[in-house]
Amino acid sequence: MDRFVFLTLDGLSRGAVYAAFALALVLIWRAARVVNFAQGAMAVAAAYVAYSVASATGSYWLGFVVALVAGLALGALVDRAVMRYVDHASPLNPVIVALGLVLLIQAVLGMVYGSEFRPAEVPFSRGAFTVGGFAVLSPYDLFVFGAVAVVVCALAWIFARTAIGLRMRAAAFAPEVSRLLGVNVGGMLTLGWALASGVGALAAMLVIPTELGLHPHAMDLVFVSSFTAAVVGGLDSPPGALVGGLVVGLVLSYVSGYAGSDLTPLAVLVLLLAVLLVRPGGLFAPVAARRV
Amino acid sequence: MSERGDLLMVRDVVAGYGAAPVLHAIDLTVPAGTIAAVVGANGAGKTTLLRTISGVLRPQAGRIQLAGEDLRGVPVERLVQRGMAHVPEGRGVIGELTVDENLRLGGLWRRDRADAARALEEVYQLFEPLARRRRHLGHQLSGGERQMLALGRALVGRPRLLLLDEPSLGLAPRVVARIMALLRQLRDDTGLTVLLVEQNVRSALSVADQGVVMSLGRVVTTAPAADLRDDVDLRHAYLGF
Repeated sequence: MDRFVFLTLDGLSRGAVYAAFALALVLIWRAARVVNFAQGAMAVAAAYVAYSVASATGSYWLGFVVALVAGLALGALVDRAVMRYVDHASPLNPVIVALGLVLLIQAVLGMVYGSEFRPAEVPFSRGAFTVGGFAVLSPYDLFVFGAVAVVVCALAWIFARTAIGLRMRAAAFAPEVSRLLGVNVGGMLTLGWALASGVGALAAMLVIPTELGLHPHAMDLVFVSSFTAAVVGGLDSPPGALVGGLVVGLVLSYVSGYAGSDLTPLAVLVLLLAVLLVRPGGLFAPVAARRV
Repeated sequence: MSERGDLLMVRDVVAGYGAAPVLHAIDLTVPAGTIAAVVGANGAGKTTLLRTISGVLRPQAGRIQLAGEDLRGVPVERLVQRGMAHVPEGRGVIGELTVDENLRLGGLWRRDRADAARALEEVYQLFEPLARRRRHLGHQLSGGERQMLALGRALVGRPRLLLLDEPSLGLAPRVVARIMALLRQLRDDTGLTVLLVEQNVRSALSVADQGVVMSLGRVVTTAPAADLRDDVDLRHAYLGF
């Protein structure tokens, strides 16, 4: 029982990170109809910037803030300098370009920082509290939950309540009509990329210290898990990404806890395959009633 | 600009998709505070004309002026600020957004937030069915309600010139009559200028001041709408009734 509780809480904590990262994928998918395979590499790049700043200044929090800003800027840059020029007629084109970006970013990071693992700091202890003999969450886990919750609420507020969120949604659903109504569609697209990349950077900052450390490939497996999470929830659904993230986190935690950690990459793929076979639109697929 | 001057002026405009132009040297003038109806058969270039005026399609040659200002090089998303609203064919209601969100979108560009809110309320008073369905999604509306929504959304921006593409498409005659009457009322009350593209020649000419007959990408005739209604030869030749 106490093992089950521990695995559940650990799974939820990891799942929160997957959820945030999946949410970033969904944001770009909704805005630009691109699955951003470069998101892991972009997030690692932001984390390296944070590492540089933190080791130069000695302040984790300064590095943390810089990572978010670097994430936002990198997202805008990728849209303005690369994706804007990709022909979106075939959905494969942006995917190939994104994969090319992965190679480029990882190679540049390898050249600048070297490809050894670098220890990543944590701002709070990762030692778990014990309640009545059970090992439960650590302060760092609570920080992860809090950070993800804040970002999710902030995004929900921006999209549902603000004028800029309304513009972003309109630009994504009906670009031409939105332009006729005075919406700067290109600007909204760039903003969407920036926000998504910022969320991705946050997820990287949260998850990297819990793994082996900072490395150009540090987010590769996280990307696979989060992509699965996004597909489980349905690529179009932000709430789906959140639920998908938590589900994937729990599944991976149980598999590694009860069956062995070697099996976790396999478990992700089995889950991905199962969802695509049984419910290809994802658990939160909207009813396809539209289409005039 | 004097109140009675020409609001829209189109001179020698050539435009199209790819090499062969759809529009050949179009000339068109719409005086402020009037309704002009562009009529003609399928493929005459009516929709292309509206898309060229609103800048979605760039003209290959010619000039387009709104209130004396050249519109060349003005991005589409800036035209609302100059007072032009384009309601596209098929109405362009965003089905994933609610009625209220669609309408607010029409006024988001305005700096005068208080007046944008007033304009929104006026549209709700003008179209009562919309006020009852504020929270409904665009794709849940009936055809007539969607047309009201698209029209209302354009009006929230308080345009000087309204470009309307086939407002009667797929609507019951009574709904069409109401919309046409509304256009006339807006012209009389607020001095709105309308450029209307229609297949439904009879109702378009009944409301318009000026009729413009297009055929195969050219303007064949421009005349007062009442004269066009009575010109049997022209009707037979180009309008099919």
